[in-house]
Amino acid sequence: MAQPLVKKDDDRDDEADYSPFLGIEKGAVLQEARVFNDPQLDPRRCSQVITKLLYLLNQGETFTKVEATEVFFAVTKLFQSKDIGLRRMVYVMIKELSPSADEVIIVTSSLMKDMTSKTDMYRANAIRVLCRITDGTLLTQIERYLKQAIVDKNPVVASAALVSGIHLLQTNPEIVKRWSNEVQEAVQSRAALVQFHALALLHQIRQNDRLAVNKLVSSLTKGSVRSPLAQCLLIRYTSQVIHESANNNQAGDRPFYDFLEGCLRHKAEMVIFEAARAITELNGVTSRELTPAITVLQLFLSSSKPVLRFAAVRTLNKVAMTHPMAVTNCNIDMESLISDQNRSIATLAITTLLKTGNESSVDRLMKQITNFMSDIADEFKIVVVEAIRSLCLKFPLKHRSLMNFLSNILREEGGFEYKKAIVDSIVILIRDIPEAKESGLLHLCEFIEDCEFTYLSTQILHFLGIEGPKTSDPSKYIRYIYNRVHLENATVRAGAVSTLAKFGAMVDTLKPRVFVLLRRCLFDNDDEVRDRATLYINTLGGDDAVVETGEDVKEFLFGSLDIPLVNLENSLKNYEPSEESFDINSVPKEVKTQPLAEKKAPGKKPTGLGASPAGPPSTVDAYEKLLSSIPEFANFGKLFKSSAPVELTEAETEYAVNVVKHIFDGHVVFQYNCTNTIPEQLLENVTVIVDASEAEEFAEVASKPLRSLPYDSPGQTFVAFEKPEGVPAVGKFSNMLRFIVKEVDPSTGEAEDDGVEDEYQLEELEVVAADYMLKVGVSNFRNAWETMDADCERVDEYGLGPRESLAEAVNAVINLLGMQPCEGTEVVPNNSRSHTCLLSGVYIGNVKVLVRLQFGLDGPKDVAMKLAVRSEDEAVSDAIHEIVASG
Amino acid sequence: MESCPSIKNILLLDSEGNRVAVKYYSDEWPNNSVKEAFEKSLFSKTQKTNARTEAEIAMFESHIIVYKFVQDLHFFVTGAENENELILVTVLQGFFDAVGLLLRGTVDKKEALENLDLILLCLDEIVDGGIILETDANVIAGKVASHSIDAAAPLSEQTISQALATAREHLARSLLK
Repeated sequence: MAQPLVKKDDDRDDEADYSPFLGIEKGAVLQEARVFNDPQLDPRRCSQVITKLLYLLNQGETFTKVEATEVFFAVTKLFQSKDIGLRRMVYVMIKELSPSADEVIIVTSSLMKDMTSKTDMYRANAIRVLCRITDGTLLTQIERYLKQAIVDKNPVVASAALVSGIHLLQTNPEIVKRWSNEVQEAVQSRAALVQFHALALLHQIRQNDRLAVNKLVSSLTKGSVRSPLAQCLLIRYTSQVIHESANNNQAGDRPFYDFLEGCLRHKAEMVIFEAARAITELNGVTSRELTPAITVLQLFLSSSKPVLRFAAVRTLNKVAMTHPMAVTNCNIDMESLISDQNRSIATLAITTLLKTGNESSVDRLMKQITNFMSDIADEFKIVVVEAIRSLCLKFPLKHRSLMNFLSNILREEGGFEYKKAIVDSIVILIRDIPEAKESGLLHLCEFIEDCEFTYLSTQILHFLGIEGPKTSDPSKYIRYIYNRVHLENATVRAGAVSTLAKFGAMVDTLKPRVFVLLRRCLFDNDDEVRDRATLYINTLGGDDAVVETGEDVKEFLFGSLDIPLVNLENSLKNYEPSEESFDINSVPKEVKTQPLAEKKAPGKKPTGLGASPAGPPSTVDAYEKLLSSIPEFANFGKLFKSSAPVELTEAETEYAVNVVKHIFDGHVVFQYNCTNTIPEQLLENVTVIVDASEAEEFAEVASKPLRSLPYDSPGQTFVAFEKPEGVPAVGKFSNMLRFIVKEVDPSTGEAEDDGVEDEYQLEELEVVAADYMLKVGVSNFRNAWETMDADCERVDEYGLGPRESLAEAVNAVINLLGMQPCEGTEVVPNNSRSHTCLLSGVYIGNVKVLVRLQFGLDGPKDVAMKLAVRSEDEAVSDAIHEIVASG
Repeated sequence: MESCPSIKNILLLDSEGNRVAVKYYSDEWPNNSVKEAFEKSLFSKTQKTNARTEAEIAMFESHIIVYKFVQDLHFFVTGAENENELILVTVLQGFFDAVGLLLRGTVDKKEALENLDLILLCLDEIVDGGIILETDANVIAGKVASHSIDAAAPLSEQTISQALATAREHLARSLLK
């Protein structure tokens, strides 16, 4: 050998760093690859060079296009060698290089020769390589050989063809589907893996034919499938069939359940587990059906193999969410897993126990967990903290020990996410369990004495400001808060000043003392802290007398900012300093729906339309400007709301029209954005004829035609309706586009003088209740809810009937009401059986409305909903109920 | 596709987390730096665990990962979050034992690198594009080492006896030191 791969002896001393590839370099190896071109091939040497090339690729080195092509061509020369070992390396190398289509042709003939060779190894590998690099055209040429290979008596060859078939099905389904006879034959193969691959391919070929899958499953579940892997597949297909047939026959025994249960006695653990898991995941599984599955999983819990323990505890953890009682039998085994070496297993065991435990076992469990917490990673701790939070909500009487536990772990070392999870949990417990409030607040106070996270300190200070003054002895918190003013960074200091002011505002007896403290803050070296102190001293009254705090001061301190911060930022940027001071009421309150409208736009034709979707200036501001510039509409008053554009034509039609609904107190204006997509036409005098016969409360008062609509430059025409003042009238409108068409000479662009009158039918348009609702969020829903008068609350329950899913039902109601979801409650977690959604908005007439929706699954698909509405006007609360009742 | 068990990657790393041989079957890791980052964090998460006698398991970045260590080599197999853990561990065990047979009992980084061609062929025989090709270590090793796949069985026996011989030799050498 010219260049020995293995250097002996001299490297013995530093064996640790020794590698046969030490100092390897791409350029040098590419040079070496020239040996592939030698007339007298040295198979050993060539193999070594390929190994080096593969090593480089494996380490993440990349070849340029030129280098790859060069190597590829050199490698193809090696097909001349008869050496089997070398040929194997050549196959792997070709797959790694993934040659381009024009390069593939070079090796096709060599590979096709190998594919028909007598040597099984050649046949198997050549099939895999060829199917990997080939495209559809070549496939028809080799199809015959592949079909033969599928039923080849050598299992390796058959498997190679079947696996290649699975890959090819993604790109050339019509060809692979022709092989189903051969594949069916291979399912009966005696070789385990062939059976597995054939079953996988057969199912994929037929997966869209439910009847065929059903037949496949029924015939195979009777026979004996040899391979454990194939048996696992069969279990999966069976559960699919069970799932799909579940809707048809509700009563009686579940079909194929016996098969699944029989698999629990299979000799391969893989199959037992697959079957047990399949049973636990059955739709609406009964406890009788669950029992045998739980029993085998329980046995796995005490296995010596971590993987088995993990698989079992993970599955039981999931079962515990829906059937906690079924898992209680395993509690003793679970408890011994708390000390498991594998912390994933221990965490899963603990959280399962927390779900299945009863009130009496809580204390014992907490003792065990305390020891355990010190030696797991933060990510696991967060899972445990969340489990404890839900446990506490389940057993409010146990709040003392659980709260103590939380405060203990809060004092220990931990990263931000972990601490945040604990603080969030304590905050939730304080909110939901009144008895836990005082102790919880004190725990939080102690925590901020020594808290390294600014974010958490400010959050807690804010929370203290809201909850602290309502406690029996607010004064005891002052010390903790004022300490922050001394010891912390500017952000926390500013937060502490605000909190102090809140105590001053709410607790009149504390006011003089708070003043003293606030005055000291006037000498702070940070602007924000000083500004806040000054502001609060002035708003709170300024003198040391014990005076009651005015309502508007309280509103200022505690009221939520009902303006989206983005809008406020924009308005402040646009504000030009002048005599007139900035008016916060001028900031639009509507949460922008802009991103949604933009998402729709790319679906349309790219010609000009994409650039500006029918050219409407879409912010509320711009609409308002546009409308007030039209004399006919000038006296309609203040624009309440503009809807997102609604398409009235299909995509790709001659004329594209969408409509924006502008709602005023006593009027509605439809703004039709029209685009002419025919280059040979010029439209003139464009109007929309609106038939309002299905909208009784509306009467047309004005319309503004569009004088001319040339190709590809959007224009607007308007129609205005009068409606009863302040009433959320609804109705349907049918629309007809009327215009005069003039031919345009495409070469000169000049229109002919004479035009023809023509009409074009548009889709219907509806004014719905949601159009009278502004999406206005509140930052703290609970506060906002509580400050509203409970007398104006209206509660009722509704059955929504069968629904696709809980999430779908929640979305439907949100869309119906057109309100802003708060605190991310529009997201429904997977698999949940109930959900609470909080909505807020402003109804026409500027009435604030808050809605609390509680959804629950009633039976398998039926959704029930409890709707609680609070608003500033009880008539509006009733109106909201009416919307839902009629929706 | 999801009903068929699939393997996302197979990794063979050394005791410092560097690659010996890796193979990715999923495009969740679009480029080399992402792959390396994944390997690094996976390695640092698992290195302190004792996965020498039995295969261990972990949830990691919403994958299920089974792993086993021997000497200075760390074997990993990654699958989807909802994959049957026992299928994954069968693949891991197949890879692990096949490498043991191919390296004739001396399973360490040096030996693995010196026989990298065998390791790469071994990976090639276990999984094809994410689909499990073979899990029986004897068959895998047979296919890699033999010059004809039909003669798998006798060869593996031969390898075991040779492995024993090598082990004896090693023991003798260490006693002499």
